[in-house]
Amino acid sequence: MHELLNTLSTLDLAPFALSFKLATITTLILFVVALPLAWQLSQSHSKVKPIIESLVSLPLVLPPSVLGFYLLVAFSSFDLAFTFKGLVIASCFYSLPFMVQPLQGGFESLNKNMIESSYIAGKNKWVTLFRVALPNIKPALMTALIITFAHTVGEFGVVLMIGGSIPDETRVASIAIYDLMNNLEYGKAHIYSAIMLLISFFVLLSVYIFNHKQKYFKGVRA
Amino acid sequence: MISLKINKALCGAKGEMNLELDLKIRQGEFLAISGESGAGKSTLLRILAGLEKAEGEVLVHGQDWEDIPVQKRQIGFVFQDFGLFENMSVEQNLLFVANDKELADELLDITQLSELKRRKPNTLSGGQKQRVALARAFMSRPNILLLDEPLSSLNHDMRLKLQKDILKLHQRFSCTTLMVSHDASDIYRMASRVIVMELGKIVKDGTAKEVFSTNTSHLKGEILEVKKDKIVILVGQQLIELEVSKDKKFNVGDYVDVGAYFDFCASANSGVQKIPQ
Repeated sequence: MHELLNTLSTLDLAPFALSFKLATITTLILFVVALPLAWQLSQSHSKVKPIIESLVSLPLVLPPSVLGFYLLVAFSSFDLAFTFKGLVIASCFYSLPFMVQPLQGGFESLNKNMIESSYIAGKNKWVTLFRVALPNIKPALMTALIITFAHTVGEFGVVLMIGGSIPDETRVASIAIYDLMNNLEYGKAHIYSAIMLLISFFVLLSVYIFNHKQKYFKGVRA
Repeated sequence: MISLKINKALCGAKGEMNLELDLKIRQGEFLAISGESGAGKSTLLRILAGLEKAEGEVLVHGQDWEDIPVQKRQIGFVFQDFGLFENMSVEQNLLFVANDKELADELLDITQLSELKRRKPNTLSGGQKQRVALARAFMSRPNILLLDEPLSSLNHDMRLKLQKDILKLHQRFSCTTLMVSHDASDIYRMASRVIVMELGKIVKDGTAKEVFSTNTSHLKGEILEVKKDKIVILVGQQLIELEVSKDKKFNVGDYVDVGAYFDFCASANSGVQKIPQ
């Protein structure tokens, strides 16, 4: 017990702070980028739509090493490799589908006539997006934001390749656990892993509770 | 004057078909569009609204509407499933179209929704939602009003009331109104002209009386059941049981001319009718 308290008191929380900083910045950037993209995709019947959808979804199926390799090659000429900035850009690539897909799904599930009613009322696509579409997909919006955040916190492969393990710069929580294991510091690795496990669980729990409440109240009101 | 000369390939109720229309609608006219499901009635409204493209031309007061976006057409549209903004209250649904509180209050009053104006659409009944959609359609003070079965979810009393209200508003805003409806009584009471569509084409055009009046000597009914000396026939929405001669052979699904029997039994109301031998 005494040993555990001692370990806890000397625990370096910087990797967690860095993980949350990375996840927050990535989620905000992706929200701004993915919102118009998801909206356009949901409204489009273009022949290039499947190509764009495939590109957006690539990080879901691509081995992290492949994505990491190409990003590393691209970053080498811009001095972005092994920097926090590079890590943010890489995170935006690998977390893109986690933001786009729930938003696009939410927009596509909306009543088409509700969107058309807004156009008939004289409102353009963007007013319709912010005043009609977005407020009506709250569960999908919540899912997109939280899953993107959680996935960015949890990513390991691409982060290792792009950022390495520079303390206070690129040494995020998932990398710190890997380092602790390599150094045979299992006690600290246990604590770091348990913290990550609990955070991930409560993040997912909050999404499910929110979405459940949304559905329940909608059902009660209807 | 609205002039439509349009052609559009559609997948209708009976497979692929062409919507081919050459239609002129006078300013201020109340045109009802009737016909079977999948005949292209709603598509006609959507093309006029600018929600769907079609070959040909749509001229409104001589102006070609091809390049006029839906936002600039100043139309009112009541969708069959209402298309209400679920995140907004009843009042906000109206004010979203135009920030004209006075008009919104007046329309809410006419449609008897004043007490419900703070409610969200998902707390309303089907009939109440339909009234919100109707009120919202008039908020843009439309030149053209498009109604896709606007009274289908209403009970009899509310239906009669809204028939009058729509007519009143149609006259007040001097708009040209196109209404898709299957209901002959709605059409008879409200429309100055009716077209009947079949497989994308207009097959009848006239007043409600001309289009829906049937010469009783050509009144047809479908045989639904054949009993020993009786048959059950569906005429319109009415089931009629007729006594028939045992010598005559009838099959379920056949159509029989029952007009002559009504003429013969002019004194009978419904129920058992005598078949002349």
